[in-house]
Formats: sequence, structure tokens, C-alpha cells
Amino acid sequence: MSLASLSSNLLLVSFIAYLVATLFFGGAVKGAKSESSYKNNRWGKIGIVITIIGFITHLGYFITRWMASGHAPMSNMFEFTTAFGMMLVGAFILLFFLYRTPSLGLFALPIAIIIIGYASMFPTEITPLIPALQSHWLAVHVITTVVGEAILAISAVAGLIYLLKHIDMSKPSKQRFWLEAVIFTLVLVLGFVVSSTTFKLTGYEAHFTYIDKNQAPAKIEYNYPPLFGMNGYEALTPEAMTPWAEMPAVVNAKTLTSFVWSVATGIVLYLLLRLIFRKPIASIFQPFAKKANSQLMDEIGYRSVLIGFPVFTLGALIFAMIWAHEAWSRFWGWDPKEVWALITWLFYAAFLHLRLSKGWEGKKSAWLAVIGFIIIMFNLIAVNLIIAGLHSYA
Amino acid sequence: MSKIKCQCGHDNPFGTVLCEKCGRPMTEEAKKSEVVDMRYEGSARRSQTYKRSIIDKVWNFFSSVKIGVSIIVAVLVTSAIGTLFPQKFYVPVNQDSPAELLAYYERLYGFIGTIYYKLGFYDMYNSWWFKILIGMLGTSIIIASLDRVIPLYKSLKKQRTKRHASFMKRQRIYGEGRSENADSALTKAEEKLKEMKYNVKTEDGAILAEKNRFSRWGPYVNHTGLIIFLFGVLLRGIPGFYVDETMWIREGELRAIPGAPDFYLESNDFKIEYYSKEEASEVFGEALDRVGQIVKKYQTDVTLYKKKEEGLVGSSDLDVVKDYSIIVNKPLKFDGYNVFQMDYRLAELKSMTMQLIEKKTGKSFGQFTIDLDDPEGVYKLNDGAQVDLIGYYADYNGVENGEPVSKSPIPNNPAFIFEMKTPEKPKGEKSFVAIQQTLETEENAYAVKFVGADTRDISGLTIRKDKTLYILLLGGLIFMIGVIQGSYWNHRRIWVQKGENGELMLAAHTNKNWFSLKKEINAVKEYADLPNYEDRQDNESSIEQEEGEK
Repeated sequence: MSLASLSSNLLLVSFIAYLVATLFFGGAVKGAKSESSYKNNRWGKIGIVITIIGFITHLGYFITRWMASGHAPMSNMFEFTTAFGMMLVGAFILLFFLYRTPSLGLFALPIAIIIIGYASMFPTEITPLIPALQSHWLAVHVITTVVGEAILAISAVAGLIYLLKHIDMSKPSKQRFWLEAVIFTLVLVLGFVVSSTTFKLTGYEAHFTYIDKNQAPAKIEYNYPPLFGMNGYEALTPEAMTPWAEMPAVVNAKTLTSFVWSVATGIVLYLLLRLIFRKPIASIFQPFAKKANSQLMDEIGYRSVLIGFPVFTLGALIFAMIWAHEAWSRFWGWDPKEVWALITWLFYAAFLHLRLSKGWEGKKSAWLAVIGFIIIMFNLIAVNLIIAGLHSYA
Repeated sequence: MSKIKCQCGHDNPFGTVLCEKCGRPMTEEAKKSEVVDMRYEGSARRSQTYKRSIIDKVWNFFSSVKIGVSIIVAVLVTSAIGTLFPQKFYVPVNQDSPAELLAYYERLYGFIGTIYYKLGFYDMYNSWWFKILIGMLGTSIIIASLDRVIPLYKSLKKQRTKRHASFMKRQRIYGEGRSENADSALTKAEEKLKEMKYNVKTEDGAILAEKNRFSRWGPYVNHTGLIIFLFGVLLRGIPGFYVDETMWIREGELRAIPGAPDFYLESNDFKIEYYSKEEASEVFGEALDRVGQIVKKYQTDVTLYKKKEEGLVGSSDLDVVKDYSIIVNKPLKFDGYNVFQMDYRLAELKSMTMQLIEKKTGKSFGQFTIDLDDPEGVYKLNDGAQVDLIGYYADYNGVENGEPVSKSPIPNNPAFIFEMKTPEKPKGEKSFVAIQQTLETEENAYAVKFVGADTRDISGLTIRKDKTLYILLLGGLIFMIGVIQGSYWNHRRIWVQKGENGELMLAAHTNKNWFSLKKEINAVKEYADLPNYEDRQDNESSIEQEEGEK
């Protein structure tokens, strides 16, 4: 077996391990009568052992892929996002040993699973490095950034648990609406995975020529039935579906098509879930959050920002600036990805100030943590796919 | 300035909330509160005390965290708006032409693009309001830090070991209870606390155990780092601190480096390499199949020269400094300058080779090569023939008023007027020769034919010198130290003391991470048999603690 295929098998193993571990954490939370009893629950112990096994195989994927390609596997959307999922699990393990809370695992692992699933929808083959990425700073800058972001993301997981515990889902309210919206967004990501996998399995392809932003001719391949056509498109595969509408040059109609398919699939999934359970999806998860200690979740949410913020600053700003100076001749160039890293940093700086000086604890702090995670994901996904810049490697 | 005298005899500065020494509440509000606000030790902060003059008002404005956070959010939002559409400097049109810029935004983004341009968002980060926001952020950081750090430092320095009961009772963690042997409990607590690396002070039946006070300075250290960083950014405006130039250099060319006096650069070669399937088909084959060609390397081989001291300008007076291959991520470094590989153009015409032939027989008089940068006037050929170059148009763009015209000095489309002199036609025949085109005024017997051309590549290089980098790096380093100092350690204090009636009182405070503090207190409590305590903000745990004890 070649290193590359060993690597993808290890990733599969860790994916399954996380799934199994989630079930055990679920058992730990469900079976526990109170906070103190669930801390030393047998299910929880098995859960963390399986999580660690999953993490080690995940690390094995990372190392073997590094060996196969000769560079840190951090150079495209698949690699970066998979590593983010891995570090998220790593950060969870760290905080588990600090606070011994199975509830955290019950929510952190499914989010890691969704992230890895999302990553796998992108081209997974090993790509050689373009000149700008050929530097040791690739490993240093990107790994530090991902570790920082993963620890910050744990804060959102703790925040989510806190909110699930404290928001009354039986009566309509603003907070109930937004909490359900967060869950709905997660279902949308699932919709992307489901729809993308479906069309991948059927091998759908549609080819077009079009006129790009700089008025030059270009070619594009769709893996979804093309709902929207690129600017001035002409079909090369006439048997494929004819797009409903032609988009102006600034809109990437292919991305828009994938987006609309994902959202549509997500909505169908969500409606199905609502029909089956006949209540807001957030309230299905609520019983699992009830066992968590509120103060503890609040503290984990805060502590993970405290741990993650310096790491993020170092990786996403300081190392980034040093490398940018080396590769692009300037340490800061207001590239969208850079700006969004700054925005993330400013956001968490505001979070810390509000918490320290304005006493924003509990629900407010939990909401901020969730918003912070949304900003991180926006920088990871939307900035790469929608706002073109120097960092668009995927 | 009036002082507030506490019952314990200490003179506190005006505006103090909790006595610096014994912790007694000084204000009505503090006396009424159940848990006192310990954030700045209840010290007298300028912003909370003086509110009259303009200076007070400005000071109070900038020292407010609410204002600080608002500024952060304003920077955040404006930054985000700036990423909506590409910024001016990423737009591939003439940067100095507002009309072209506007047309670009209008063409691609329509009405919203026009508004984006009109509001100045297309150059957000250089706009005056963005700069003002950053300036306000800097001011806020300085004032807010000074307003807090000085009184905080003073009151932590002056704090007494023995606190007044009213201070103890108003802590978030507090407990009291009878003790069989209060004195031995205190001794044991002291022993255990020391073992846990606490700094323990005792005074008259009271213990103050303190740990990691230095972490309290973390925020102020990181703010100092930020200020140094912003100062470094400010310095870039001063000439001499910062050089940012670009140069285009052709293969074989020797040019003065802009922005770096006395230094010259010669380009020996420019090349692009691609990943080939042969070298890595097993690993990269799939990706290469999907994407097509992927660039492996952009490289300019250069020689760096320095003008000899007291030498004149000219190649003979240059010393070779070094040969270097500039690639992306490996700039050429010399004397504080960095030269970066940024751009390239391939295959610009360098020279053209022609030959003179007799049309009838096809007989050649030999070839000659025209250097397109510096064409000679006369080319001597075999058998006494010669070609005079009497007109050269580097970038030929048609004929105006009977004269050929050149659009630019760059040889994109060279055209020539030759005068061909042979022994048979000593007066010469004229011919206009351009690419794929020959014009003659009358039927000539001879003709200049195109044989071949040499091309060369051009490298786009950026030259940078940035004396502020070290200041920025220092700022970053100090920021990191401060933020780690403040985040990874917590300032913890535990007070244990004997009350008036022989009961034991236990109180504790930390700036964060209360769970770990409670773990430590529990350890001391068990060892020294201290009274039970209560965390007034965590009802769930307290209940469980009681349940556990039942």
C-alpha cells in the first residue's frame, strides 16, 4: 500500500472512531445522574479512549500525507479543513483533561465529523506546491493558525452547550430563533455533503466555456446540474441541463449552483427532521446539554478563548506577517484573508474586553463564542470560495 | 486633593472604593453590595474620579472600555466592508485614473460598485476615517491602560495581610465557621499553601496567600506591544525608513536598482519551471491531470554590483557583490534591502536577424543582426554590399501623415526602413520592412528577408527596505509575552483569618479560572480543616458539593 492510500485509510479510521466515540459520550451523559457522577463515568472513559485512538490515526493520516507529498498537508481546502477537524478534536482532548466533561465531547465530536465530511467534498488528491507556498513557513504559519482556531472553536462548542441548556425552547423568543438558526446552518453543511456526494457517485459532469471577469475566454466544469450559467456561457456538453439563468462576470455561477443545491438539500433535510420529531431541532439536543454545569461551560468557553487567542495571534498574524514579508515582499497587504484574520482577532479582543471589564458572562459570552466560530468558518469557507484573493488555493 | 481616611488609619486617594490597606468599603454603593467589584481592587481611577474639565472628559472618553470596544467593532466593520469588492490596489487598471477605476467598479459590480467607489470604500484602508479610527484605537489603548495600571499597581502593593471582615464577606468565595483550634488550622493552612507555591504572608492571626500577581500586568504589557507596533507603522511615513520600488529587468540588462543608490543589478536569466509528470507522477499525477500545468518555480538569476568608491557611473567601475538566484520565498538580501521575484513577461523581442538577397537569383549577401535596443546604422555585408538602417519603429502602429509611427519604445512590433546598397545599385534601394509585410516605393532588385529573432524574458522585481520591521517585530514580541502572561496564568489570592470571636473566615479571589482556584482551596480546606465556603456565582456546584457531603 502506498503512503498516500495508507494516509486516506487512516483518515477513514479516525472518522469512524469519532462517530463511535460520540455514541459513548452520549451514553455517558445520558446515564449520569449528576455532574459529579458523570465525570467519572465508565462510558465517558471509553469515549475518550476511542477519541484518542481516532486522534492518533488522524495524526497518522497527517504525517503519512506529509511524507508522501514532501510538504505539510495544509496547502488546499481539503487538507486545511481536515487539519482543522483534527485540531478541534485535539483541543477537545486537552480541555477534557482539564475539566473532565463528557458533554463537551458529545457536541465537539459531531462538529469535527461534519467538518471532516465537508473537507472531503473538495478534491482530495495531493497537489504540488506553487512557488508562493514553497517555504517552511507553510507548516509553521498554517499549523499554528489552525491550532489557534480549533481551540477558539471549542469555546463555541461550550457556548452552544450553555445556550442549549439555558434557552427555553418551548416558547418562541429571539434567542430560540437564533439557536435554531445555528442548528439549521449545521444541517445546511450536511446538505452540502449529501448533495455533493450524491452527484459525485452518479458522476455528473457538465462543461462550459465562458467569458471571465477580465473579458478573457475560459472553461469550467460543473459537478452539479447547472442551475446558473457563467457569464456568456456556451455548453460543451449539450446533453446536460441548460442553466436557468446567466450570471454576470463577477458571480461565480458554479459556486452559486453548488450553494443553491446544498441549501435546497439542507432545507429538505431540515423539514424532514422537523416532520419526524415535530419540534425545533435544537430541543432534540437539549436533554444532552442539561447535565452540563453552567459555570463550568462558561469557564471552558472563556478559558479556551484565553488559550486559543495567543496561539491564533502568533499563527494568523505574527507568523503570517513574517511569511508575507518573505514571499510577497510586504508583511501586510490587505488581502481579504488577511483582513478576515484581523477581523477574527479584533472580534476575540472585543470578546475578552467585554468579558473582563463589562462582565459579559453566561448567555452573552456564549453567543459571542458562537459568533466567533461563525467568523472563523466564514474566513475558511466564504473568503476562499467567494472573495478571490491571494489565498485562494482551493 | 482631599484624602479619604479609613477606619484602619490609612489615607486613601480621593475616589477609592475599597481601602487600599484593609479592604473596607469606602463608598455607599460598595457598602450595600453583597459581592464587591474587585476588578481594579476598588482603587481610585482617574476616570472614575474627575469629571469636570475638558481634559477629564477626553480622558474619561478614551479610558472607557465601552468606547474601546466600540472602536474595535468600528475597525472590524470597516475592515469587513473593505473586503466586499477588491480594493483599488488589486484592480488591474491605471491606479491614477479615477475614471478608469470608476469604470471598472461600474462594469463589474453595477450600481453597488458605483456607490462603493463614490463612498471611497475602494481604498478603505488608506482613507482618512480608517486612519482616524486606528489613531483613536491607539489613544484608547494608552489612556485606558494608564487609567487602570497605576492605581492597580499601588493598591496591590499596599494591600495588607489582615483584611477587615466587611471585605472578606463581600468576596465571591467566602465561608466562615467555628473551629476547634483556629491557630493550628492557620498554621496548617500556611504549610499547605506554601507547598502549593503560594506566597504566604501572615499578620496577627491572618494569612494572605498570593500567586502569580505578575499575570495581572499581562494586559498592560500586551498593550505596550501594540503601541510599539502602531508606532512602527507610523514611522513608515517618514522618508528613509521605508523603500518600496519596482523594477523591470531584461535578461542581459544591467540596471541601477531604484531606491538603492550605488547598487546595480544584472539579470542573467529568467526561467519558469513546471512540475513534470515524470518526476512525481505517483504522488502528483492525479492533480496534474485535473488542473493541468502547475508552476514549480519562478527564478531570476542575477549578479549584484556595487559602485566602486570614488568611481564614475559605468560598468567598468562596478564591483561584483554576489551572484544569486531570486525565487519566490527567497529574496536577494543585501545592505538591508530585499529584492523579490514578483512578476515576469516572457519572450520580448531582443534582436532580429535578416539577410540581403538578390530577388532574381535568390543569392544571399550574408546575414546581419539588429539589436532592437540599440540598432546600428550600417551593416556591412559580403561582396561589398551593405544595408543602412535609416528608420526604426520599435512598436509600429501604422502610418500617419505619410510617416510610420511607433506607439512605444518597447519592441513589440518592430518595423524598419532599409537602404540596400550593392555594387550593382550603389545609390541604393529603399524598402520598408515590418513583421509579415514589405513595402517598396518601386520594384527593387534586392530585398531584406527575415531570418530569425532572439527573445528574452523580463523579470518584475520589487525592492524593499524596511527599517521599521524590527520595531514591528519587537512590538509583536512584547504583545505575545503580555498576552501569554495574562492568559496562561491567573492571579489568585486566598485569605484566611481568625475572627473576633475565634471563628475562622475564608475568602478568595482570582481574576479568572475559578474552578481551578476552588480545587486548590478544597485541598487546603481538607488539610487544615477550614470552614465550608460558598461560590456566590455558581449555585449548581454548591448544591452538588452539599449533596456530596450528605
